[in-house]
Amino acid sequence: MIEIHKIREDFPILKRKVNGYPLVYLDNAATSQTPQPVIDCIVDYYSNYNANIHRGVHTLSQEATDLYEQARMKIQEHFNAKKAHEIIFTSGTTHSINLVANGFSTLLNEGDELIVSALEHHSNIVPWQMLCERTGAILKVIPMNEEGELNLEAYAKLLSEKTKLVFCNHISNALGVINPIEEIIAKAHEVGAAVLIDGAQACPHIKPDVQALDVDFYVASAHKMCGPTGVGMLYGKEEWLTKLPPYQGGGEMIAEVTFEKTTYADLPHKFEAGTPNICGGIAFGAAIDYMNSIGFDNILAYENELLAYGTDKLSQILGLKIYGNSDKKASVISFNIEGIHPYDIGTIVDKLGIAVRTGHHCAQPIMDFFKIPGTVRASFAFYNTKEEVDALVEAVKKAKMMLS
Amino acid sequence: MTIQEIQNDIVDEFSMFDDWMQRYEYMIELGKSLPLIDDTYKTDDNIIKGCQSKVWVHAELVDDKLVFTADSDAIITKGIIAILVRAFSNQRPKDIMEANTDFIDEIGLKEHLSPTRANGLVSMIKQLKMYAIAYQTQLN
Repeated sequence: MIEIHKIREDFPILKRKVNGYPLVYLDNAATSQTPQPVIDCIVDYYSNYNANIHRGVHTLSQEATDLYEQARMKIQEHFNAKKAHEIIFTSGTTHSINLVANGFSTLLNEGDELIVSALEHHSNIVPWQMLCERTGAILKVIPMNEEGELNLEAYAKLLSEKTKLVFCNHISNALGVINPIEEIIAKAHEVGAAVLIDGAQACPHIKPDVQALDVDFYVASAHKMCGPTGVGMLYGKEEWLTKLPPYQGGGEMIAEVTFEKTTYADLPHKFEAGTPNICGGIAFGAAIDYMNSIGFDNILAYENELLAYGTDKLSQILGLKIYGNSDKKASVISFNIEGIHPYDIGTIVDKLGIAVRTGHHCAQPIMDFFKIPGTVRASFAFYNTKEEVDALVEAVKKAKMMLS
Repeated sequence: MTIQEIQNDIVDEFSMFDDWMQRYEYMIELGKSLPLIDDTYKTDDNIIKGCQSKVWVHAELVDDKLVFTADSDAIITKGIIAILVRAFSNQRPKDIMEANTDFIDEIGLKEHLSPTRANGLVSMIKQLKMYAIAYQTQLN
């Protein structure tokens, strides 16, 4: 059970007013808000522990290192990775994907094939296109239907022994559709291809088990799950992370350096060049603790209620069309009103204190598929309320009245 | 009328409204009077970058004055460009180059002036002034 009033007390920003109205924050898929325990963790770090990690012999450095490595273990436990060194701290999902894409430069040959889904965020398309340019590998696309569901029969036909990598998001950022990643992973493994799952949109709602999924790489960002921006993680199976070359060179990632030859550090440090976002990593751990204290079963059940309520209410507005009507969806509603530009709706509802996202959501191929310039996207979190959904519906009605 | 006189008129008109909603409604209304760009000029070259919606602007020198036509696929944006076109069209390039744009702030659209705002009002002003500079060079 979600005790909504108690939970809302944890988020100071929810008390803010915007344009004279109480803030209704429905842009959670872009970034989630930060609860007090995570804010406290950040303040506590800079007040009591700030030091560089891993190298210092002094107490402060040791304590900061312990906190950072404890956070890694929290993330390991949360995602059920077999080993802590299979968790690499990154600056976020985009960084994680680029790290893997760069690593595969040395493992691919001309004519090898990569498979991407039609539902991807640009950050899970562009790094792979750059990889294809470097290696001569070919990018193939799993098509989707009108509901935003991937065509798995078409996917099966794309797979062959030429396929080296498959990448797909767990949940679509633009539409909220939950992809059947279990099947996508299993099928890819049948032909010996590795799979990377972009979990940026899934981790705020569910607790992925990377071992049960048998996924090769899983990536996520802290700021979508109540943590700070600028930090995220890459999970990779040990065998893959060992195979991939380092992404960036620098301090932290070396074993020995001479001008003749440098040897690299063991996992996870091989991929963590330079001083990391220490505070961010520790706060990421605090965010995971916070979300687990609420409980992902509770979060999902409550958000599903908001989704059903919002879908029902918004659907009653004449001329409103929801994109991505799959029955497997996270709490995201992407919509347009006939004859009205999404940007106009976003501008008016913002004047009424409601934060939604408008535009192509960094997923232009999806907008091209539906032949639209973009959508209005309302994305709900466990700290939103039905009253806020009502406020959105009223604001959209007002916008429609003004704009048509 | 000079650019400044037109801007003063616009400020006067907007000062009649008490709240943002009326101002926006009026802006949308002004969008309907925008001299529309000919469809043949609605090319990618004439799209203003930095807007979430599409905005096309075309400029033509008629005698010694610059005449703007424009359009947008979003109606609030269309209202914004209509206000700018009203202020700057049928003016000499030199005057457009030198004109200030404080009136945007005064009519309660300050929030749209942020360079990071996705509606690109700043880009629109820049584009109109760029046209003025280009044609002024031609006149010289």
